Amino acid sequence: MILPVQEMARELRDLCHARRERIQLMEVCGTHTVAVFRHGLRAMLPEAVRLVSGPGCPVCVTAQRHIDAAIELAAREGVILATYGDMMRVPGRLGSLERLRAQGAQVRVVNSARSALELARANRDHPVVFLGVGFETTAPATAATVLEAAREKIGNFSVLMCHKLVVPAMRALLSAGDVPLDGFLAPGHVSVIIGAGAYRPIVEQHHRPVVVAGFEPEQIMRGLVSLVRQVIEGRADLDNVYSRVVSDEGNRVALELLDRVFVAADTPWRELGVIPQSGLELAPAYRQFDALRRFDIVLGEDEDHPLCRCGEVITGKAEPRECPAFAGQCTPLSPIGPCMVSSEGTCAAWYKYGRGGEGPATHRSEEPA
Amino acid sequence: MSATGAPLGHDRVVIAHGGGGELMGRLIREHLVPPLRNERLAGLADGAVMSWPGGDLVLTTDSYVVTPLEFPGGDIGRLAVAGTVNDLAVMGATPIALSLALILEEGLPLDLLDRIIKSVATTAHEAGVEVVTGDTKVIERRTTPALSVKGEQPGAAAPQEGLFVNTAGVGRRRPGVRLDLRRVEPGDVILVNGGIAEHGLAVMSVRSGIEFESVLRSDVVPLNGLIAAVLDSGADVKFMRDATRGGIAGVLADISEGCARTVEVHEARVPLSRTARHAAEMLGLDPLTVANEGKCVFVVAEKDAARVLGACHAHALGADAAAIGRVVDRSPPLVELVTRVGGRRVVQRPYGEELPRIC
Repeated sequence: MILPVQEMARELRDLCHARRERIQLMEVCGTHTVAVFRHGLRAMLPEAVRLVSGPGCPVCVTAQRHIDAAIELAAREGVILATYGDMMRVPGRLGSLERLRAQGAQVRVVNSARSALELARANRDHPVVFLGVGFETTAPATAATVLEAAREKIGNFSVLMCHKLVVPAMRALLSAGDVPLDGFLAPGHVSVIIGAGAYRPIVEQHHRPVVVAGFEPEQIMRGLVSLVRQVIEGRADLDNVYSRVVSDEGNRVALELLDRVFVAADTPWRELGVIPQSGLELAPAYRQFDALRRFDIVLGEDEDHPLCRCGEVITGKAEPRECPAFAGQCTPLSPIGPCMVSSEGTCAAWYKYGRGGEGPATHRSEEPA
Repeated sequence: MSATGAPLGHDRVVIAHGGGGELMGRLIREHLVPPLRNERLAGLADGAVMSWPGGDLVLTTDSYVVTPLEFPGGDIGRLAVAGTVNDLAVMGATPIALSLALILEEGLPLDLLDRIIKSVATTAHEAGVEVVTGDTKVIERRTTPALSVKGEQPGAAAPQEGLFVNTAGVGRRRPGVRLDLRRVEPGDVILVNGGIAEHGLAVMSVRSGIEFESVLRSDVVPLNGLIAAVLDSGADVKFMRDATRGGIAGVLADISEGCARTVEVHEARVPLSRTARHAAEMLGLDPLTVANEGKCVFVVAEKDAARVLGACHAHALGADAAAIGRVVDRSPPLVELVTRVGGRRVVQRPYGEELPRIC
């Protein structure tokens, strides 16, 4: 019996049959990266098709200066820092939040911005800072929570704003032009919010095909078939194979929420540097919830570990196996860079599912000497 | 308090050290075993075998720190009995007796304690074993109640209702059982007695406040009856282990490393309920790495696979049992998964706590 995904894999092979040049496609989002590995799809792709990871893992793109600011905040007397779990182990210049917690700091893992606000309600004597990380998927929840905090005048709540926008990063990558990219697989969940139409500038101004796909293996394969077909036929269209869920205009309520509470701002990204209008900042009416202002913290500089090539990994310039630290000095046990920490990180996915670079090397690398 | 310290590595215990993954393995190998080194400890098995007149004895112990104390399908008391009984059973032992040690935190409601001890009694009865000795200590409350809040994640803070349980168990090894990973060879079949990931997902969904279409219940149950039925079938069981923290991925890695062979597993054959699959997707977890408390992985010779499957299917706790894969003659030793859609990937031992994803 031929399964539908195997059928599409065959279609891809047929399409690429006579193809000499490589087709380099970027899966923008970490959830796609992980899904591709988890379902074993990489093993099914023709040789001509190369999938590279993009700047869509929220943990991985967070600039080190923001991690350092979070650590500085959490180390302050009385402060409770509330964060999504993935951020716990990301190393900054002075260790990680996980480590700080082991030393006695009040660092709490929460599943939502609202849980952080609940913490603030329950601990009125303690400042509670929420580490606001993520793209347009998590940003509306942060916005709604800020509104709630303002309405109820919860003065001990604030947000360290690290929220980012997907499309400006894609455009920055294309404008920089250091990596040949033939097309983008756009993430389903972000697209639910921003709408498939948000990618139109990439298609129209940069002439690259963009296909919006969900995270099921059938969706991903269908997206890849559409991208490869377009590249081979010399087209650059916007395609949405997830139209059951993703509309062209997006989720209007969520977008209005973002508009009301945040303003776009120039924001630092790991490796990519400061990208104009690529992040979100609190709008003037809500700036009293800005943790940086409230605690008078000035963002420092990024000083990434000299061995770490996460920046190149999240911009499609390098594969994890090209990093000298990968699976040797940098493992999930003692990660050097965020791509090895995050469950959505490219290096973690390669390590966990991909035998660390198509070879079995990493499987036993954790054994004690 | 300061944020300084060596930038990488661990000089203190972190919560992931308790996750049952590679990090915990290191803690045990590097910090616990060396000073205590002895022959019976060396194997780091679920229990120790001691020669005894009239048949070998097996001794095991386990501590339980689950939050919340009560969850759909069970509670810490049921867990403490079933977990220790299962550790004895997978060593090929028939449980004889258990001890029960309680550490109670000041403020624990007595009616909650009563429910949990009643659950201990019920589960022990179910397993056909008695609690014959015990110990009770009370400690001061560790945090102010104000610092706890609903919806927090594992390890975030001390629970308001603190209770830690330790059980130890002693059992008699069944004659004729030869559990030894070195006997495993290519062609041997890997079986599991039913739907995976239910305990971990049930507990995590309570903690995260996420509700699913139908209630996810923990599978926590004493497996000694089922395991006795499998052994009574006369099948040559070469290895068995209950897949607790680390999920079946952890046990499959144990098998592959222990016999130095590749283990090939078919995702489509691994029993997983619709609800569990849905929950794992929502929480961003790989069901293979999620904890079970009522699932055992068996390795048997191919000729005996049908017999083990038959014995499982005839037992209430094995109705959904399935042969999920086999040991193959490929090196290097890996756990390989043939995915539901026909792809292939490696399964690795989880390295620590599985964290919920954020997008």
